[in-house]
Amino acid sequence: MERNVAMIALFAALIAVLGLVPPIILAFGVPVTAQSLGVMLAGTVLGARRGVMAVLLFVGLVALGLPLLAGGRGGLGVFASPTVGYLVGFPVAAFVTGWIVEHWRGANLALVAGFAAVVGGIGIDHAFGVVGMAVVLDRSLAEAALLTAAFIPGDLLKAAIAGMLTAALARARPGSVPSRANV
Amino acid sequence: MISLTSPVETRAHAWPAGAKLGGLCLATAALFYLDSLALIAAVAVLILTLYSLPGRSFMASGLRRLARLWPFLIVVIAWAAIEGRPAHGLGIALRMISAVALANLVTMTTRLTDMVDVVAFLCRPFRRLGLQTRALEIAIALVIRMTPVLLDRAEDLMQAWRARSRRRPGWRIILPFTLLAFDDAERVSEALKARGGLISNKET
Repeated sequence: MERNVAMIALFAALIAVLGLVPPIILAFGVPVTAQSLGVMLAGTVLGARRGVMAVLLFVGLVALGLPLLAGGRGGLGVFASPTVGYLVGFPVAAFVTGWIVEHWRGANLALVAGFAAVVGGIGIDHAFGVVGMAVVLDRSLAEAALLTAAFIPGDLLKAAIAGMLTAALARARPGSVPSRANV
Repeated sequence: MISLTSPVETRAHAWPAGAKLGGLCLATAALFYLDSLALIAAVAVLILTLYSLPGRSFMASGLRRLARLWPFLIVVIAWAAIEGRPAHGLGIALRMISAVALANLVTMTTRLTDMVDVVAFLCRPFRRLGLQTRALEIAIALVIRMTPVLLDRAEDLMQAWRARSRRRPGWRIILPFTLLAFDDAERVSEALKARGGLISNKET
């Protein structure tokens, strides 16, 4: 119990820190914050249940007014802004990502975690993000999707990194990756 | 950890947080049903007037937060203009500004402790169902305490990287960073257990 709570709280803090450290420069020079990488990792590392709780804790604290989002944003205003969908989608993304990692056990962990991050962190989160943007900006879903398409290449890279990091973590600390703890 | 509550004391700081949040929900919902551009503009002006009441520094920090919306404002207004209905775009943009400004206003005038009290109040029915709300309360406190600690750890790692490499610290730093966070989580859970754990006798 204590271990779970500590792990969930620390991961929520980790997601926050990944958004606050200076933007990490990805391969083609686009500065991208690692915050959504943190959400992917919550799923691939903690698994579905604990992952979703860590992300919910993070999103909840943003709503309470802590500046934990990338660039020091936070507060209730974020939930009225066009990017609200991404934030609301974060917990669902972490859950789906974790569920896939927990249930697909045959293959290489880096591959499975990367795939799970693509499905959850990109597929699910962008679906929520597009709906949010369409509602706030009063555009059709297709038009909103067009606006967010620019972020997909960076997110694909993040998913690949999430896969590699998950496998590396499992190697560095066998048993420390709870989503695969009893393999 | 500093929250986004404004250090400028306003009269609204003393209002009950629950009422402010409820009012915000109603106002935001109503905003989406407003159709006339004149009405939307009037609401936007009214909200910006609210920002100006507590003084200049309050208004400046509020506007700085709103300024982050500019890419969306440009997209909305330009897109609608290209389609030949600029008034529509202007209406959407003003409504978006109003909704975000109003929500930020609640955040700026409500202390974190008051917000946490609202959460505790909303959790009360769940506690009767036997859910452990103490774990949630401890988790909130832990995140607030550990975020700056982890930020320091990340900065130490980046300095160590810079001392050894001419390249910028990249994503590779995240692996040791996550390992450090795991170790911290391990120590925190030991500390929690040593202090009696999460189950308190008072609640049962």
